Amino acid sequence: MSPEYSELLRQRIAEVIARYPKKEAALLPVLHLVQRETGSISPEEEKFIAGILDLKPIKVREVVTFYTMILRQPLGKYHVQVCSNLSCTLLGAGTIIDYLKEKLGIEIGQTTPDKKFSLSTVECLGACEQAPCLMVNFDYYGNLDKERIDRILASLT
Amino acid sequence: MEEKILTKDFGLKNLFKIKVYLQQGGYKAVKKALEQMRPAEILDEVKKANLRGRGGAGFPAGVKWGFVPQKTDKPKYLCVNADEGEPGTFKDRYIMSHNPHLLLEGVIIASFAVGIHSAFIYIRGEYEAVADRLEEAIAEAKADGFLGKNILEIGFDLEVVVHRGAGAYICGEETALLESLEGKSGHPRLKPPFPASIGLFQCPTVINNVETLANVPAIILNGADWFVKKGLPKDGGTRIFGVSGMVKNPGIYELPIGTNLRKIIFEAAGGMKDGKTLKAVIPGGMSAPILKADEIDLAMDFDSLVEAGSMLGSAAVIVIDQETPILEVLKAVSKFYSHESCGQCTPCRIGISWINKIVRRIASGQGEKDDVDAIICLAENIKGKTLCPLGDAAALPILSICRKFRQELEGQLSR
Repeated sequence: MSPEYSELLRQRIAEVIARYPKKEAALLPVLHLVQRETGSISPEEEKFIAGILDLKPIKVREVVTFYTMILRQPLGKYHVQVCSNLSCTLLGAGTIIDYLKEKLGIEIGQTTPDKKFSLSTVECLGACEQAPCLMVNFDYYGNLDKERIDRILASLT
Repeated sequence: MEEKILTKDFGLKNLFKIKVYLQQGGYKAVKKALEQMRPAEILDEVKKANLRGRGGAGFPAGVKWGFVPQKTDKPKYLCVNADEGEPGTFKDRYIMSHNPHLLLEGVIIASFAVGIHSAFIYIRGEYEAVADRLEEAIAEAKADGFLGKNILEIGFDLEVVVHRGAGAYICGEETALLESLEGKSGHPRLKPPFPASIGLFQCPTVINNVETLANVPAIILNGADWFVKKGLPKDGGTRIFGVSGMVKNPGIYELPIGTNLRKIIFEAAGGMKDGKTLKAVIPGGMSAPILKADEIDLAMDFDSLVEAGSMLGSAAVIVIDQETPILEVLKAVSKFYSHESCGQCTPCRIGISWINKIVRRIASGQGEKDDVDAIICLAENIKGKTLCPLGDAAALPILSICRKFRQELEGQLSR
């Protein structure tokens, strides 16, 4: 079964490719674009992208598996990534992680049964002045405590 | 005297809009450089300013530009390193989101000086909102004739593309960044050849950090002597110190190069949070060897930090309090580097994850008598034995923690 991709996606891919002197250089931006539409990069998507960029699918697989932000399995609607690096740890990231596990009823690396939340730890997000911090999809939240976590989770519907 | 160069207008609303930026005298440096100066003059001025790379290594930017061959049949490229993955570092995010046109001015002037017509800003994937802001700034600059074809009608062309990474610390290493930009895994290249001769798409390439380029417009407008006076003779200008950890006011502080580290922590950042006691400081991002509380009366410049056995790196100051067990710090450091090793060199790939396993074992209460020595031995065997600096970036802070806090670590060993 060949997946359907939107016309808009195909158009944006063509625009991105035109920005580079070599097609292959567009691989990461194309992976970002496709993942935004499909949620993850499955072997089907690898083949689709390989076809567009004149690459072998294995070459796309190599890149997909190297970069942590490119997902091979779809995650929940909201991907909660808590920084567990030093500045956040100093200011209580451990407590934040435990509280999220308890609240969501899942462990790190898991997704809630309703597919709403996935929970991960992540290395430094570059927002250490707001430690402890986390990211929900691409939105940053800082200066976390339990109360703020409650409010953030309640706002995600 | 106004000390700030990069952050002085940060308080202005909508500074990121070209209209506001122009009202502050924005793009005057580009006009001066492109209309009144020859490329060689720009290069000389930046060389004289002793502008050292703000990404970590501190290599003089003007010298780097000078390495690119003037006459070549190949296109030349500029890559802006906006990967900002060094733990503790967040300064470039501030520059790009508050003042993206300042960076673009630096990009335009550098490109003009070196003869470059294509620039890429490699930004870490997590900074999606910042990447969008850069795209908007590029579109504005293009509309106003500062980018694109025939800039300022002097016949100079420059295109700037924002390229998002995807969550790999190693891509902040310049040759891994090039590989990543070419659509590959971020495996660092063997040097030489250096990117100045064989870089992006096998062409001559300049790679500069965001903060480095953002300093260029002020050097052009005010001259090299002015810039040097802001900092030190061999290390001109200011640094944006990013202070995080157990301080009252974490944040960015732009101060002259050579500012005392104690002053940065206890004056600029307001001192320790909740009256806690200082235990240690990581002065230049996680790769920098740790300093004990009694070692912080130091001038924060590249050379002084090297003399003190550490490094200024990205000027990210992480402040650690007495109540935090040093094992927690060691755990964060070894976990980070074992996760971020690209896997290319065996000492780094195997060595750091081995250290991480020992550290986790100690943390679980199963530490053995010789564990600290084992960690030191492993780190010594990573140091200097890898293709890129990531091996040293892991080994050096780990060695410093083990040696300076040996007694405390050994107290955690149960057997």
